[in-house]
Amino acid sequence: MTDATTTTLPRRKRLNLNVLGPLLAMVALIIIGAMLNLSFLSPENLTNVAARSAFIGIIAVGMTFVITAGGIDLSVGAMAAFVAGVMIMVMNALVPVMGAGVPLVLVGMAVALVVGIAAGLLNGVLISKVGIEAFIVTLGTMGIYRSLVTWLADGGTLSLDFALRGVYRPVYYDGILGLSWPIIVFAIVAIIGELAMRHTAFGRHCAAIGANEQVATYSAVKVARVRMATYALLGMLVGLATIMYVPRLGSASGNTGVLWELEAIAAVIIGGTVLKGGFGRVWGTVVGVLILSLIGNILNLASIVSPYLNGAIQGVIVILAVVLQRESKSAK
Amino acid sequence: MTTSVLTAEKVSRSFGPIQVLFDIDFDLRPGEVHALIGENGAGKSTMMKILGGYLDPTGGGLRLDGETVSFADHRQAEAAGVIMIHQEFNLALQLTVEQNMFLGRELTRGLFLDHAAMQAESRRLLESLNCPLDPRLRISDISVPNRQMVEIARAVGRNARVLIMDEPTAVLTGRETEILLDQIDRLRASGTAILYTSHKLDEIARIADRITVLRDGHLVAHAPAADLTPDQMAEAMVGRELSDLFPDKTVAQSDTVLEVKNLTVPGYVRDASFTLRRGEVLGVAGLVGAGRTELMEGVVGLRHATGTVRVMGQPLQAGSVLAARKAGLVYLTEDRKDKGLLLGKSLRENLTLLALDKFTNVRIDKAAEDRALTQAFTDFDIRAGDRNMKAGNLSGGNQQKLLLAKTMLANPDIVIIDEPTRGIDIGTKQQIYQFINQLAAEGKSVIVVSSELSEVMSLANRVVVMGRGFIAGELEGDAITESAILQLAMETRDQEAVPA
Repeated sequence: MTDATTTTLPRRKRLNLNVLGPLLAMVALIIIGAMLNLSFLSPENLTNVAARSAFIGIIAVGMTFVITAGGIDLSVGAMAAFVAGVMIMVMNALVPVMGAGVPLVLVGMAVALVVGIAAGLLNGVLISKVGIEAFIVTLGTMGIYRSLVTWLADGGTLSLDFALRGVYRPVYYDGILGLSWPIIVFAIVAIIGELAMRHTAFGRHCAAIGANEQVATYSAVKVARVRMATYALLGMLVGLATIMYVPRLGSASGNTGVLWELEAIAAVIIGGTVLKGGFGRVWGTVVGVLILSLIGNILNLASIVSPYLNGAIQGVIVILAVVLQRESKSAK
Repeated sequence: MTTSVLTAEKVSRSFGPIQVLFDIDFDLRPGEVHALIGENGAGKSTMMKILGGYLDPTGGGLRLDGETVSFADHRQAEAAGVIMIHQEFNLALQLTVEQNMFLGRELTRGLFLDHAAMQAESRRLLESLNCPLDPRLRISDISVPNRQMVEIARAVGRNARVLIMDEPTAVLTGRETEILLDQIDRLRASGTAILYTSHKLDEIARIADRITVLRDGHLVAHAPAADLTPDQMAEAMVGRELSDLFPDKTVAQSDTVLEVKNLTVPGYVRDASFTLRRGEVLGVAGLVGAGRTELMEGVVGLRHATGTVRVMGQPLQAGSVLAARKAGLVYLTEDRKDKGLLLGKSLRENLTLLALDKFTNVRIDKAAEDRALTQAFTDFDIRAGDRNMKAGNLSGGNQQKLLLAKTMLANPDIVIIDEPTRGIDIGTKQQIYQFINQLAAEGKSVIVVSSELSEVMSLANRVVVMGRGFIAGELEGDAITESAILQLAMETRDQEAVPA
C-alpha cells in the first residue's frame, strides 16, 4: 500500500528549476562568452556555432526518442560515416550516366536517407524483434559500419567528384536570411521533434515504454513497433545530418563522425532527458547541443583555458547535469 | 509436553489505521509441524513475517526459548536460528547453487574463497535432503522445485532451529510435493520446529501436528491436526457473512459475447474452454498458481496461446492486445504497480494511455484529456489531492479506481478484472463490487478472477473453477458453494504437472 498524498508545492518549485536548468546554463555560457571576447556575440560567430551544432543536433533529436523509449544507440557516428561513404560512391558512379547536376545530388540525398533508415531499422529489428539489448546491438553495428566505411575507402578517403562538389556546396554554405541550410534544417527537425514528443501518440508511447514496458504492453501499445520506429527515425535523421555534412568537406573516411554518438547522447542527457527512459524533451536536447558547441567556441576564442581541455569541460558538464537532475528527483 | 522454541504472545499488527492481526497466540515446538492456515488476507503472511523478524509487532511480543526477544531485522532472527523461506525465492539467479548457499557467509582460506570446502558442504547438505544436485549449476538453470530444495538446504546449513515455510508447495507438482513432505518429516525427526502454510488442506492433514486457523486477523481455531478434517478446516477458514457488502446479482442475458475454445497457454494452461454471456458476471476461482491470470492473458493476446477466441462471434486476432481492445475486450491486470499504471507519470497520462487513439487526431487533444480526467474523478470517485500529482502517490484504492477508469475509457463490452480488490480497504471494495454489478446491469459482461472466494461467490452468476493448468469445472446458481469450489480447485489430474 502506498503512502497518502505527499505535499506538492515544494515539488513544483524544484521542477521548475529542473526545467530551467539547461536554459540557465546556456544563458550563463553566452554571458561568459560575451565577457571574454567581444567578437563572440557577432552574428558570424553565433551562426557558425549554430551551423556546427546542426549535424550533432539533428542526430540528437532522433536520439532523444530512442533514449526516452528506454533505448540507446551507439552506432550513429559510424552510421553517419557509412552513409556518407555509400552516398559518395553512388554519386561518383552515376556521374558518367547522369552528369554532375542537381538531379544527381537529389539521388545522392535519397540514397543517404534510404541507407540511414535501413541501418536504423537493422538496429531496431535486432533490438525489438530479436530481443538483444540495445547497448550490445549498437556496439556491434558501430564496429560493423565503421569498418565497412574504412573498407569501402580502402583505408583512405572517399572524395566526391570535383564537379559535383560545386553543385552540392551550397547545401552547406548557402541559405536564406543569413541562416545557412544546416541551421534551417536543424530548426525544422527540432520543432517537428518537439511537437511529436509532446503532442502525438508516438511521443506519449515512447515515454510510456521507457517508463515501464510492461504497463505499455498491457495498455495495448505496440511496444516492438514503436521501439523499432525510434531507431528507424534516428537512422533517417543520421541520413539527413549526413546530407548536410558531406558538402562541407566533400569526403568521407574511417574518421568521419568519430565520437558523434557520445556527443549526441551527452546533449540529450544535458537537456534533461532521463537516460534510463520514460521522460524526454526535444527542446532540452537542442539546448544541450548548443551548450556543448558554445563551450568549444568559447575555449577557442578566449585564451584562458586551452582548447585541448574542451572534452574535459564537456565531460564535467554532462556529469553535473545528471547530478542536478538526480537531486531534484530525490527531493520529490 | 515439549517446551516451545519460539512463542508469540498476544501479537497484534496494524498498517496505518488498518489492523490486520488481533492478539494472536502462537508457538512452535521442536520436532513439530505447526500449520497456519487461512484465506488470502487473513493475516498469515504478516504473522510469518513477524515471527521471521521481517516485521515488528505493534502489540504483544515474541519469546525465544522462554526469553523475551525482539528481532531488529531478519538477519538477527536468522542468527538466532529462525529462518523464513519465502514464496518468491531469495536466490540470485545468476549465481551457482553453492554461491547462493554461502552468500554472505562465504568460507575463506586466507584471502581467497575456499571453493572446495563450500562445494563439498553444499553437496553434503543437498544429499542430506535427498536432492543430489550439482552445486556448480546456476540457479537460473535448475527447476523451481530444486530451487525450493536449495532454499531449504541453505536454511539447514544455517542451523535452522525454526523453519518458517510460506506455501512451499504452491509451485510444486504432486510428486515433488511428496518429496518435499518427506524432507519435512526428516527435518521434524531431527528436532526442527516448522511453521507450514498451504492452501492445500489435504497436505496440511498429511503433515501437520497442530493447526491454527486465522480469519480476518483473528485466531478462530487451534487444535491438534487429528481433531480437524479438511472440511472442518475450510469451514473455520471462511464462515463469515458479508451480506450487504455485495450488491444483488443481476440476471445474464442469453446471447454469448465471448467464446474461448481449447485455449492452451504453453507452460500454464491446457485446453481451456468457456463462454461468457451478455450482462453476465463470470467468476474464475482457483488456487494461486492454477493459471487463472495466464489463461486470461492468453485470451486477450498478452501471452502466446493456441486455440480460438471469438468475440461477438468473430474470431479474434491472436497476440494483439490492440485488436482485442478494438473488438471490445479488455483485461485489467492484478499487478497494478508493475503492469497497470505508470507510477511516475501524471494521472492524465495514465488515464488515456489505453484509449489514446480516441484523443488523437495527429495531435493529442489535451483539453479533452483533462475533461476525461474530471469525468473519471466523479464517475469513479477517485480522490486525488492534486490533479497534477503522479499516479504513484495515490493510495492503493485510488490507484485501483484510476486503473478501472483507464480501462473503461476504452469503452469495452467485455471486461476481465483480475483480483479487483487486492490490497484495498473494505469501503473501496464495496464501491468496486457495485461498479462491477452496474456494468453487468448495463449489458456489459465481466469476468472476475479472484482468490477471495467470498468475492467470486457473491458477484458471479456462474463460476469457472481452475485446477492446476486446466478448467476443473463450472458451477451455476445455487451450486456455487464454498466447498464445491474448493473441491474442484483441489482436484488433481494425472498429468497435472505442466512444465514451467
